[in-house]
This record gives sequence, structure tokens and C-alpha cells, in this order.
Amino acid sequence: MTDKVLMKGNEAIAEAAIQAGCRFYFGYPITPQTEIAAYMAKRMPKISGTFLQAESEIAAINMVYGVASAGKRVMTSSSSPGISLKSEGISYIAGCDLPALIVNVQRGGPGLGGIQPSQSDYFQATRGGGHGDYHVIALAPASVQEMADLTFKGFDLADIYRTPVMILADGTMGQMMEPVKMKDYTPPDINKDWAVTGTKMMREHNIINSLCLDPESLEISNFKRYEKYKTICEKEAMCEEYLTNDADIVIAAFGIAARVSKNAVNEARANGLKVGMIRPITLWPFPKDAFERAAEKAKAFISVELSMGQMIEDVSLAVRCRKPVYLCNRAGGMIPSPEQVLAKINEIANMSNSK
Amino acid sequence: MGTTQILIAGFGGQGVLFAGKFLAYMGLMEDKQVSWLPSYGPEMRGGTANCSVIISDESIGSPIVSAPDILIAMNLPSLDKYESSVASGGMIFIDGTLISRGIERNDVKMHNIDATKLASQNGYSGLSNMIIMGKVIKECPALGNAYVEAALSKVVSERHRNLYDSNLAAVTLGYNI
Repeated sequence: MTDKVLMKGNEAIAEAAIQAGCRFYFGYPITPQTEIAAYMAKRMPKISGTFLQAESEIAAINMVYGVASAGKRVMTSSSSPGISLKSEGISYIAGCDLPALIVNVQRGGPGLGGIQPSQSDYFQATRGGGHGDYHVIALAPASVQEMADLTFKGFDLADIYRTPVMILADGTMGQMMEPVKMKDYTPPDINKDWAVTGTKMMREHNIINSLCLDPESLEISNFKRYEKYKTICEKEAMCEEYLTNDADIVIAAFGIAARVSKNAVNEARANGLKVGMIRPITLWPFPKDAFERAAEKAKAFISVELSMGQMIEDVSLAVRCRKPVYLCNRAGGMIPSPEQVLAKINEIANMSNSK
Repeated sequence: MGTTQILIAGFGGQGVLFAGKFLAYMGLMEDKQVSWLPSYGPEMRGGTANCSVIISDESIGSPIVSAPDILIAMNLPSLDKYESSVASGGMIFIDGTLISRGIERNDVKMHNIDATKLASQNGYSGLSNMIIMGKVIKECPALGNAYVEAALSKVVSERHRNLYDSNLAAVTLGYNI
């Protein structure tokens, strides 16, 4: 027998957050991520934490902004339309260089859209999302275990780099149950001497503020932030490579799309085709190196997405358009089947054979 | 044994998701890879509900079951919708109290369990799902039967501890049909 338990992806995020030392959760319910809030509502009062259902998403993200300013681990979660509402606050949090964890369990859009799984907030997550020059670190779990692992990781990255971090999941990842084991976790030792915690008349005031009317100073703060982003890009890009060594065709897919694609890759291999997959775990920073390496050997790439084709732009940039990149997708809450992905693989394989 | 893909479908309130969770825990306790994926949204509030369960010796790719080895249809709309999707050589379990027709496929095996009637006759009202589970475990040796009790004690929540015995009795009843 095993000591693992079955958890929904949403619950795994909530439990991992608590074990990572997060004691402040602010949110507003929306399918398909409501289990995160429900779990927090149950657990937080028992561990002297704060669960608060705000009057709106905008209120919730600004409560996150407040707690982050005080230097405590804090999170919120929502789904696509709710994240759009939170975007103003996320921009402020980024502008103040504050650590916070934001979870987006995506659903189909645009607008209020539907409630079924989607990956169509990729642009929003990887380009910042709100106004101004900023990024959030975007993490893309592809299993319930990773929903937990990347929550720990997300809080650490947020603290280390003083930046908002987003977990970009989807309805399937949130709703499915799989075995999960929480890791033994010790938080990194980080001195948050910038936090507004009261001076006790012992030090200068700390000021957390994103307003800066002097353009020279504002430019300097932007330059400084982008130095930090450079380090993040150099050090933190993560991906999983699956059978890419000898691959003629390389699939790019994250989250549920990677799970579906794995079936297709295995099937294609069984049919004698050299197919592999690169699964970005960080969407920003994008794991460019893995794609560049694969492009030396591969004849073509296929981006498999639950969107009209968003990550495909990063794949094309990463391989610098040296190799063709094709799209295999569903949208609006539909999920590509392994058969659809396999058909695309076969189509591309036949194309390159006939050349 | 490879991989067993299971689809359980019925009305909201018939215990479709609960039954799936029970099977997933059985697999977990056998140290297998498992995944459980529910339909979510409006159907949770009544209407049709279904869940995909995969139990495998290997790591699981897609958690979505589109061609089940085992279909458990707890009402007629579910049988109508999913009968054609069952993998050739697979099995279909139906609640014969609620479904009056047989199956049209001849390449799959049907097990007709008078589950809703058996449940009410034996005082296990609302446990037709677990009676069917008993039969499923009996007919699918690949699922194993060593951890029925352990899995049940995982899925019956602390708050509803008093329902453990009747759940176990319902599974046993189904197993011994």
C-alpha cells in the first residue's frame, strides 16, 4: 500500500500553499477553481490563517497587494475572467516588486466564456497581462503532483525575485484527482527588510508604492526590474523533454495538452515514427534553449494547444523560424484527442517524406 | 495488466463520482497509477454526470477516457450516449431497474444488474452505485479485490462514518449476485 492520497488539483494547490507557509488567502468564487477557496475556508481558521471571500476579484487582489507589502506569503486564485479583473492589481504588485502567488485555472473565453478547460490565457500570462512593462513568472503544471510542487516553487520564486508568480493551470488540472505526496519543505531564508511592518521608531520608513511621477526615476526602476528578469530568464526556465534526442517531429505542449500529446507520441513511436515532446514547465521564462537544441535535428514542430494558437508564437521565436511550426488545437473549452494529435503527426510525417 | 479505462455515467445524485473515486482508491492501494476526472459544472447540480477513471501499470497520459474498457451506465441516456464508444472486447454494466433495453453491440459483454431494485429491497437506498461496483470488481479481476475495505474507508468521509457499513454491505451484495 502507499502513503499517497488522491487529491483534486485545486485541493493540492491549497494544501501545498498552506504547507509552504501561506496564511493569507483572498478570493472570489468562480468555476473551475472554487475548490481552492473552499479548502482554504475550511483550513485557514484552524491554523490561525486568514481566508476572506472578498466582494469582488478587484478587492481580493488588492488585499493580496496589502499583505504582500507586509512581507507575508499570500495568494489568490481565480479563473480566466476573474484574472482579467485582477490584472490591474497584478500590475501594481509587479510595479512594487512584491512577491505573491496568483493561480489561474483557465476556462474557455473570451468574455465570460464557458467553464470547460482552456489554455487561451497564455498571452495574458506570459506577456504580463496588465499595463506597463512587467512579467509574471508563469508556471504550467501537468499533473496533480505538479500542482502541489509548483505551488511550493512558486512561493519560493516570488520571494527570491520579489515578483508575482502565476500558476497557469486549466479546468482539467483543477478538477482531476491523482495521487499526490506533499514534499518535506523548508522555505528559503529570505530577509524581507523592505516590508512595511511598522518601524517601532528603530529604522527609516519602508515605502511600497508604484506611483512615480518623475520619468527619469521611473525609467531606472524599469531598467532595474528588467535586469532581474534577465536573471530569471537565465536561471529559471524549466521544461521536460520526452524522447527528443532523435526526434524528427517535436511536439510542444504544456498542461493537459502535454498529457494528451504523450499518448500520441507513444502511439507514433509504436508506429516507427521518431516523435518527441518538449513540455514547458515555465511558460515565462520560455525554455528557449531546449527548442533551439531540438531544432538542430528536428524537421518540424507541432504546437498542441487548447487555444487558437498562442504558445506557437514562442515556439516559432525559439526555433527562429528555421523549421516549420504547425498548430494542432481545439478551443472554447474543447480538448484535442490523442487521435487528433496523432493524425497531425502522420500528416506532417507524410509531408516531409514526400519532399 | 496494462491499462484499464473506466467510464461511469448517470444522473447527478446517483453517486457516479463517488463510485469512481472508490475504484481509483482501489487502484492506488494496489500501487498502480490512477487518475479520476469528473464532468463538472451544471451537471453537478442534477442532470447527467460522468467520470473517467484510469488505472494503469504505467504513467498515465491523457486522463480523458474516450474509449472505455469498462462502461458503467446508470441510466438510459448514459447508455445511449456511450455504448458506441466502448472498446471492442470491453464490458458494459447497466442498472437494469432503470434501463429496459439491452445493448446493441455484440463485441462487448453486458452485465445487467437490477441495482436500484436490489438497493431498495435490502435497505441500501441510494447505494445502487456500490452494488454495481461489487459486480464490477467481481467481473474485472484486473482491478483486484484486496483493498475494498481500505478504499472504502478512504472515500467515506469522517463526517459520514456511519455509512461505511452499508456501503461495504452494498459492495458485497453486488459481488455475490
